[in-house]
Amino acid sequence: MDFLNAIILLLNYIFVPALTYGSQLALGAIFVTLIYGILRFANFATGDMMAFGTMVTILITWYFQSIGISLGVLPTALLAIPFAIIFMIGYMLFIDKFVFRYYRVNKSPPVQLAMVSIGVMFVTQAVVRIIIGPSDRRFFDGERFIIKAGEFKEMTGLNEGLAIKSSQVMTIFITLVLVSILFWFLNKTKTGKSMRAYSDNEDLALLSGIDPKRVVMITWIIAGILATIGGALYGLDKSFKPFTYFNNMLPIFAAAIVGGIGNPFGAFLGGYVIAFSEIFLTYAYKKFFMYVLPASMEPETLIQLLSTDYKFAVSFSILVIVLLYRPNGIFKGKVL
Amino acid sequence: MAFFEGLKMTGGYGTGPDIINSCSVDVNRGEIVSILGPNGAGKSTAMKALLGLINLKSGAVVINGKDISKLSPQDRVREGISFVPQTKNVFTGMSVEENLEMGAYLRDDDYQNIIEEIYELFPILREKRNQLVGELSGGQRQQVALGRALMIKPSVLMLDEPTAGVSPIVMDELFDHIIKVKRTNVAILMVEQNAKQALNISDRGYVLVTGENKYSGTGQELLNDPRVRSSFLGG
Ligand SMILES: Nc1ncnc2c1ncn2[C@@H]1O[C@H](COP(=O)(O)OP(=O)(O)O)[C@@H](O)[C@H]1O
Ligand SMILES: [Mg+2]
Repeated sequence: MDFLNAIILLLNYIFVPALTYGSQLALGAIFVTLIYGILRFANFATGDMMAFGTMVTILITWYFQSIGISLGVLPTALLAIPFAIIFMIGYMLFIDKFVFRYYRVNKSPPVQLAMVSIGVMFVTQAVVRIIIGPSDRRFFDGERFIIKAGEFKEMTGLNEGLAIKSSQVMTIFITLVLVSILFWFLNKTKTGKSMRAYSDNEDLALLSGIDPKRVVMITWIIAGILATIGGALYGLDKSFKPFTYFNNMLPIFAAAIVGGIGNPFGAFLGGYVIAFSEIFLTYAYKKFFMYVLPASMEPETLIQLLSTDYKFAVSFSILVIVLLYRPNGIFKGKVL
Repeated sequence: MAFFEGLKMTGGYGTGPDIINSCSVDVNRGEIVSILGPNGAGKSTAMKALLGLINLKSGAVVINGKDISKLSPQDRVREGISFVPQTKNVFTGMSVEENLEMGAYLRDDDYQNIIEEIYELFPILREKRNQLVGELSGGQRQQVALGRALMIKPSVLMLDEPTAGVSPIVMDELFDHIIKVKRTNVAILMVEQNAKQALNISDRGYVLVTGENKYSGTGQELLNDPRVRSSFLGG
C-alpha cells in the first residue's frame, strides 16, 4: 500500500506535470528549431511571439464569453485558438515582410538576424503589455479537473490522491496530435520535404527549382500555429503573464539545443528532457521516502536537491553542459 | 549552331574582377564535352555563368536557339539544364529516394517511373533507397547527385568534377555511368581534374587558362597535342 502511495505521489507531482510542461516546451522548441533550420537564425522573439498568440486567444475568448458562446465543460479558449492562429500567422508574415525579409534578401549574417529578432522581441513585448497589460490572467473556464485528488482517494482507498487537470490532458493530447501532423507533413509531403531540402542545402534546393519564398512563408505559418497553440496551452494550464513567457525562452532554447538545433524531433524530445530534469531536481522527496522507507529512517529534511526558485538554473546548466560536450545535441539523427 | 552554347562570356563574382574572359563553350545532344584547366582557371565559374549563378558583363547563353542569358537559374532548370555542383551536391540529411524526389520538384506529373529509370541506371541506389545520403560512400553520393540532376529529364547536364575524391575504380565506374547518360541523348558538359581519363570518354574538350579558351579540339586531338600533354596531362 505504501509502495502504491509512493507511485501515485510521483505520478501526481512529477510525471503528469512534467509531461504537460514538457509538451508546452516542446512546441516552443520546435518553433525555435524550425526558424533556425530554415531561416538560419536564433529567434529571440520566440517567447514574446508565444505571449502575443496567447493574448489574441484570450481577447477572442473574452469576446466569445461576452456574447455567450461557450464550449460547456471545455474551455472557451479552445474555440478561440483557431481564430487566434489565423491572426498570428498574419502577424508572423507581417513581421517577416517588413523586418526579416530585408536582412534575408541582403544575405545578412545569422548574428545580425538574431539581433534583429531581439528588436522584434522588444516591440512584440511592448505591444502585448500595451494591449493586455503585464499582470497575471487566468482564462480557463469549463471543468477544471478530470480526476480530483479527493475522488481518487475515495475510489482507491489510498492516502495519496492523483489529480488530473483537464488542461493537462488537453495539452498532452493536442501536442501529440499537432506534432504527429507536423512530422507527417515534413516527412511525407512534397512541400514538407522541400522545406527539409532547403534547410539541408539551400543552394542545391534552389538548383532543384524549390521556391525559397514559399518555403519561408510556410515556415512562418507553422511558426504561427506553434506559437499560438504552445502559448495558449501554457496559459490555460498555468496562467498568462507576459513576463513568464519571456522567461520560458531559456528552457525552450535549452530544449531545442539538447535536441540538436535544426532537428524538430530532437526539439520535441528535448522539451520533455528539460521538463523532467527541472521537476525531478526541484521536487521535495521527503514524503516519497516516508512511504518507501521504514519509519525509523524517516528523513528529517525536505530532500530537495534544488529549491524551485532555481528551476531555471537546471535548464541553464543543461544548456551549458550540452553545448560543451555534445554541441550537436544528445540525439543522433537527421536534421529537419 | 550547337544545341547549348556559352558565347564569349565575360564576368566575375559581384563587383570583383572578371574571372572568365570572352570564354566560349558549346555542346550538342549525345555528346560529352570536357572543360579542363589548372586550378583556379575559372572552370567552375564558367559553369555557374552558363546556369546564371553569376551575372555576365557581356556574352550570351543560348539553348536550342533560344537566348536564356536573362533567365534566373531556376528558369534555366525549367529549360532543361541540370547542374551538379562540385561540392555540396546532395541533401545529406535526406534519404536517397528523397534526394531523387527533390530533383523532380519541378515536375507535376507522376515521376515514379523516372525514379525507376534512375534505379536501372544506378542499381546501388535502389538498394540504398531509404538510407541517408550522408551515410553513403563518395562514389555512391556522386551517383545520387547525378540521379537527382537527371530527374527533370534534362537535355543538358553540367557536371563539375564528378569524380573528385573517389578511387580510380570508382572513377571508371562513374565515367561508365556518364557514358550511359550520354546515350540517352543528353548533352553533357563536364569539368574534370582527371584530364586523361576525361578526354578518353569525351567527344570534345576545352582547355581553359585564366578564364580564357586556350586550346580546344576533339578528345583525341587534345590527348595527342604536345602542348596540352606537357602542361596538363603530365607529359
Ligand atoms: N564565390 C566566389 N566569390 C569570389 N571569387 C570566387 C568565388 N568562387 C571562385 N572565385 C575565384 O574565381 C577564380 C576561379 O575559380 P573557379 O572557377 O572555382 O576555378 P576552377 O573551378 O577552375 O578551379 C579563383 O580565383 C577563385 O578565387
Ligand atoms: Mg572548380
